[in-house]
Amino acid sequence: MKIGVLALQGDFALHTQALERCGAEPVLVRKPEELADLDGLVIPGGESTTVLRLMDAWNFVPAIEKFHAAGKPIFGTCAGLILLARDVSSPSQFSLGLIDVGVERNAYGRQRESFEALATATLGGTPAQIELVFIRAPRIRRIGPGVQTLVTHAGDPVMAQQGTVLVAAFHPELTADLTVHRYFCELVRSARQRTP
Amino acid sequence: MSETDGLRIADRKHIGLAEMLKGGVIMDVTNAEQAKIAEDAGAAAVMALERVPSDIRRDGGVARMASVKKVKEIQAAVTIPVMAKARIGHFVEAQILEALGVDYIDESEVLTPADEHFHIDKFAFRIPFVCGCRDLGEALRRIGEGAALIRTKGEAGSGNIVEAVRHMRAVVAGVKRLHALGREELMTEAKTLGAPYELVRWVSAHGRLPVPNFSAGGIATPADAALMMQLGAEAVFVGSGIFKSSDPAARARAIVQATTHYKDPDVDQRVVACAVAEGEASR
Repeated sequence: MKIGVLALQGDFALHTQALERCGAEPVLVRKPEELADLDGLVIPGGESTTVLRLMDAWNFVPAIEKFHAAGKPIFGTCAGLILLARDVSSPSQFSLGLIDVGVERNAYGRQRESFEALATATLGGTPAQIELVFIRAPRIRRIGPGVQTLVTHAGDPVMAQQGTVLVAAFHPELTADLTVHRYFCELVRSARQRTP
Repeated sequence: MSETDGLRIADRKHIGLAEMLKGGVIMDVTNAEQAKIAEDAGAAAVMALERVPSDIRRDGGVARMASVKKVKEIQAAVTIPVMAKARIGHFVEAQILEALGVDYIDESEVLTPADEHFHIDKFAFRIPFVCGCRDLGEALRRIGEGAALIRTKGEAGSGNIVEAVRHMRAVVAGVKRLHALGREELMTEAKTLGAPYELVRWVSAHGRLPVPNFSAGGIATPADAALMMQLGAEAVFVGSGIFKSSDPAARARAIVQATTHYKDPDVDQRVVACAVAEGEASR
């Protein structure tokens, strides 16, 4: 099972390690054609404006839309959530719109306001406590009717899913806990079984 | 504080922000207009300062933290992280930058040092620090003081990459050497390096630094940026190289592209980036 990690800018190295530890085969993706034989894709944290510029330069948008249309799962964390959301505010910017949520950028403040917390998540199995690391994090302000909230913190949805698209405002790749990555790998595995 | 083994290093969320900057370019800017150009070109962060390093070298005098007005102006202009420099050992400049809410403080040798013996106690702050180093011992001393990110010192404002290369090679070789040493050799090695024993042990066991390792000081061209990335830098700081060039936006975009596509299979992209930078220079 090959899972791509968009490696234009950001913490792609940590996602790669987490996926490896889950038994998947991670592949760094720097050009659209490298998406060809992958089963899933992670869009990591980083600076969403930077990643957008680099995606534009390489015409990544149609390639990711095609990847999504083929039923292949995509997981975005932090900047990845911003890039996948339907609408983005403060300020508004282009996004792929593959999940029906509205996000506000840097909604918790600057780095001084970055924080850690604990939450209980039920991701396909028994409830488990997971560590949430928020770094200049976006806030999910609106959840569309087809979107399922998977994890909340202080009343806000911080992890959500719509079909094959999974998003998190926090950074599971910064912790040793593989709960979230295992959940995504499971999503990729079952999507792979559905498509011949 | 994070990690195990009784090791005290910077907070995970602060090291985490450095992780988010990986593969990116952090650009020196001296006003809101430059900050906007940097962000539009794809900078992962900007460094707010009063004068770029080449001007500091030329003008001499005392180089201090950027003014409050300047930092606020730059913060208001962009949504990417804003870093600012404090003088080495000047913990009050750092307190002011913390109150202003900058995202990272660079305790920087580019400014005039405020203390010839002591660096800032970086654990005393709620925001992270990046510090420069010339070799592994210096890197581990700064990490031991709480730096969440390390960069080469290089020779800022010179446009000459040789010192950055020397420093990056020294750090990378130092880490490899520690990784190969036996446990009984580590105390003597710590003494030789002038580095905390616990950090020496950690690096020996893991074969890497416990915080990200970036490069700064003399990176002027797309090729320089890709060189430092291939030598082991995880992101680059570019100072005078951008806003002292004739077309800063083009130069900035070219360096961003070269930094992302620094590896061998992407050499075509680096040729394009160099051509962009040259075209701009010949105009």
